[in-house]
Amino acid sequence: MESATNTFKTIDPNTDFEVRTMDEITVNTSKIDTPVWSNIKFMVAGILFGIILVKSEVISWFRIQEMFRLQSFHMYGVIGSAVVIGIISVFIIKKFKIKTIDGEPIQFDKKKFSKGQIYGGLLFGIGWAMTGACPGPLFALIGNGTTVIIVTLFSAIMGTWVYGFFRDKLPH
Amino acid sequence: MNFIEWIKQPWPWYVAGPLIGLMVPVLLILGNRMFGVSASLRHICAACVPMNISFFKYDWKKEMWNLFFVGGILLGGLITLLFLQNPDPVVIDTKLSTELAGYGVTNTEGLVPKELFNWNNVLSLKGFVLMIVGGFFVGFGTRYAGGCTSGHAIMGLSNLQLPSLIATCCFMLGGFFCANILLPLILKLSF
Repeated sequence: MESATNTFKTIDPNTDFEVRTMDEITVNTSKIDTPVWSNIKFMVAGILFGIILVKSEVISWFRIQEMFRLQSFHMYGVIGSAVVIGIISVFIIKKFKIKTIDGEPIQFDKKKFSKGQIYGGLLFGIGWAMTGACPGPLFALIGNGTTVIIVTLFSAIMGTWVYGFFRDKLPH
Repeated sequence: MNFIEWIKQPWPWYVAGPLIGLMVPVLLILGNRMFGVSASLRHICAACVPMNISFFKYDWKKEMWNLFFVGGILLGGLITLLFLQNPDPVVIDTKLSTELAGYGVTNTEGLVPKELFNWNNVLSLKGFVLMIVGGFFVGFGTRYAGGCTSGHAIMGLSNLQLPSLIATCCFMLGGFFCANILLPLILKLSF
């Protein structure tokens, strides 16, 4: 009984909501406070995503170089068709007011413009072309046996930390 | 050709792309989670070294799903390595292989060029720039931009967010600049 109450305990919607959303798109907008073990389903989703990333070779440094040299359609095809399916899915979810498996209405948060999207975007693009990997592929590459990418992941975590440290001094 | 052999081949874009796109509704329906990866780096900072920085002072435990998600991505890479790995070298465009051969990069066995990305190379200048400086830019840039390829280019564009389109265009611009202007200079380094 206690765990059931706990599962559906509604938390204060104002709890650090602003902190979480001010520059995040990857957020948990659910108001339901779920137990830790329930996150296993997201791990299963991650496993599938990881397999897709490796099998489609989008984690390949070579594919990224081809993309930025306009030598192959592959990456454009992957990202483009992913966006098309994403747009259709979001449209269907909004149109039919589809709920989560816990029965909660699905929410979307609006993204505010900031100069960070330009400066940060350019910097990330440079890093993407150097390492041949965005954050998802960093994890997939390590799992796939390219262990030296642990160094790159560690450096990316450092980069995130340094951004957090200098955040107030940077133009946004 | 049996199923395992068939699935071991590299997957074409029209299979992989739609599957990646489906991650958006899957995560939303599983519990209102916005598809994205780079925030996990912030959660790791918040969990390990918040050091009183306001940017890292939030309830990272509420975002723990994202750490499970990236843990899953790592496991997915491992499962592929163990059971589904393509045994053949990555087929790359001849223009790219010719250019890379000019820099002494000829090994295309595997997903990354082994001559550049290996443990012995980490402290050479070339390896340091590619792996450590590059990684730093990935972490700093994605957080400054508020998302990465998944968070902005896929989730943000799926929800028709203009800021995500701006961010995506800047990712591409930065990449074009680096791959065509900076990278040839880096690859010319002989140490």
